[in-house]
Amino acid sequence: MNSLAEPKKWEKIFWPLLATALLLALWHYAVAFTGTKIFPSPLDVKNGIAELIRKQVLWRDIIDSLRRVAIGFGAATVIGIPLGLILGWYPAANKVVNPVLQILRPISPIAWIPVAIILLGVGDHAAISLIFLGALFPIIVASVDGVSNVPSVFRLAGRNFGLGPARLLTQVVFPAALPKIIVGLRIALGIAWLVVVAAEMIAVDSGLGYLVIDSRNSGKRYDLVVAAMLIIGLIGLILDTGVRRLEKLKSIRWGFRDES
Amino acid sequence: MRTAKLQAGHVHMVFTRDGKSMPVLDDISLEVAEGEFVCLLGPSGCGKSTLLSTMAGFLSPTSGEIKIDGEVVHGPDPRRIFVFQERGVFPWLTVEGNIAFGLFHLTAPERRQRVDHYIKMVGLEGFEKAYPPALSGGMKQRLEVARALAVNPDMLFLDEPFGALDSITRLVMRGELLRIWQAERKTIIFVTHDIDEAVQLADRVVVMSARPATIQQIVNIDIPHPRDISSARYLELRDGIFQQIGLAHKI
Amino acid sequence: MIVRLRPIALIAVLLLLWQFAVTRNPTHILPTPWAVATGIGELLQHGLLLKYVVASLFRVTWGFALAVLLAVPLGLIIGWNRRANMALNPLLQILRPISPLAWIPLAILWFGVGDLAAIFLIFLGCFFPLLLTAINAVRGIPAVYINAGRNFGLSSTALVSRVLFPAVIPQLIIGMRITLGVGWLVVVAAEMIAVSSGLGFLIVDARNAGNRYDLVVGAMVIIGLIGLLLDMGMRSLEHLKSLRWSYSED
Repeated sequence: MNSLAEPKKWEKIFWPLLATALLLALWHYAVAFTGTKIFPSPLDVKNGIAELIRKQVLWRDIIDSLRRVAIGFGAATVIGIPLGLILGWYPAANKVVNPVLQILRPISPIAWIPVAIILLGVGDHAAISLIFLGALFPIIVASVDGVSNVPSVFRLAGRNFGLGPARLLTQVVFPAALPKIIVGLRIALGIAWLVVVAAEMIAVDSGLGYLVIDSRNSGKRYDLVVAAMLIIGLIGLILDTGVRRLEKLKSIRWGFRDES
Repeated sequence: MRTAKLQAGHVHMVFTRDGKSMPVLDDISLEVAEGEFVCLLGPSGCGKSTLLSTMAGFLSPTSGEIKIDGEVVHGPDPRRIFVFQERGVFPWLTVEGNIAFGLFHLTAPERRQRVDHYIKMVGLEGFEKAYPPALSGGMKQRLEVARALAVNPDMLFLDEPFGALDSITRLVMRGELLRIWQAERKTIIFVTHDIDEAVQLADRVVVMSARPATIQQIVNIDIPHPRDISSARYLELRDGIFQQIGLAHKI
Repeated sequence: MIVRLRPIALIAVLLLLWQFAVTRNPTHILPTPWAVATGIGELLQHGLLLKYVVASLFRVTWGFALAVLLAVPLGLIIGWNRRANMALNPLLQILRPISPLAWIPLAILWFGVGDLAAIFLIFLGCFFPLLLTAINAVRGIPAVYINAGRNFGLSSTALVSRVLFPAVIPQLIIGMRITLGVGWLVVVAAEMIAVSSGLGFLIVDARNAGNRYDLVVGAMVIIGLIGLLLDMGMRSLEHLKSLRWSYSED
């Protein structure tokens, strides 16, 4: 569409590698040049990761973070999707509930942290509740959006074939809304991953977020800080890619006609 | 003497939007016999789709009533299936899944049998597991017809089903539809704005005026199938309708 | 008219339930709505509320503005140039999920505790989403527009200003609205940890210095309201006629 000729296949690997290599080199030389004793070089970070793996701290923290996300996000899905489906299906109910949602939504889960700590104390429960809160609103919004955008042909066809309301909801409305719901799930998962890191920095003492804060607090180990950051980024990417795979399923892909 | 399958009696339809009332259908009375193929013909926006939707039970007339088999129509029913343009197929189901959609009260083997039968009938063999985005417009339309036929309805309502197809495919599809109709002898009510299409397909053509729609004329097409579209009688009937609608011959 | 009142009625009912629940079981922790309201009034009186709101807004404005100034042009360039996109996209995809909060130690290391650190964090939180939005917006421009522009003999600069830019603005504005929301989230978090003024700080301080949970909840309510106002403000931008063309199906 734009610029020059079609890129070749090898270019898909070449350019990112080149850019990454350049950046790593830049990083390395910046550290060497400024002679800082604190900020780690790429090599330091690599060693840091190796150290974390050796001490078996890394796996435990990763699993802790993932576990909290799984529970919080899972609960948000189980509650948010049906709720969103109902609100989307009954516009009258939506008109009443929506303003409340709109007011609660901008209050970031992070601002809820004090309340969570107040009510649940420092620990797992607080973190999971925060993740649940953070993931819930995007899921509800996406479900409502998905349902209200189901083309009326589908509903009419469903009624035409004699489907009762229960079947209509599960066999027509839900599959038709699914692409938008999955996008909402992807966004919510991203938020959940952000929130878990934040929650762990403040409200619990395990997990990747805690690793970031703790590495600094107990010994200014910035090599571990950066290492933890990169791992957070990597896992976040893996989670996101995973959901995008879901979006490619044939029974869902139809909803994304224009995506490149 | 065939009994009337569908009776529309003094149907009026008025839509109100933003406080303004728009009359769409004006005193429509019509009888359709069982097994007949009737076309509702008129310019775009004249209300023929509204009439069809009312007959199918998706809309309630403002006054007047629609009776099918002597019973007043209250809502949609699997005995009369509406075929939208190909956008009515469910994109999250395969071809098989779509055709099996209305068959939830059958056992699995019965479903299998029906699905296979109708896949063959509309000529979609080989595409059983394909999803609609992989099908052409014509194929999607055939899928929708197969889905409709699978539940064995008495009546089919078709709302400009071939409108989104190219003209060659349209000709092919018309032949297919006639073939299916002659095999299954359903009562078909077909909406179109294409005069040729109406004369090629229908037993009777109901010519409707612009909005608010009234029935301007009902033309009996007495040519047996297969119809020769260059025969004198065909051209005569077609020209008659052209003149009814007030169209000149030369562009 | 009655219909308009129903959501307000729901809110009123919820507030009453809240008040009722807390008065029945007085925990010394969760305050009643009334206590929250009086708490807010108290802050207003002491002039603290205004000071903190201004501080938070100040940081958000700077962080967000810097992000827009950098991310939009950069994103347009990267989106336009296929090879640049291929080169940088993987890196961006890894950096994106790293919450701005995880950058806090680095922010404090580079900028110390204070305004700059907060602004940096907000900048980070806004930069990546905006960058990706801009990239996607450019890559999503229908080829017909570009071809038409070329067909009419537009120079490169003209192509960018008369075709590319107008074509991406609707998406950019939506991205900016969402990112502003993110920025508002981040400022609260950043203030809880890295500075000593602002609404986020108010939350932690009210709790630490005397368990004033009425002020904690009051601050949260204000945060929510301002976030809502910011969002509504950006939405009104989307309504401008010259931008409406892309929202025709909404």
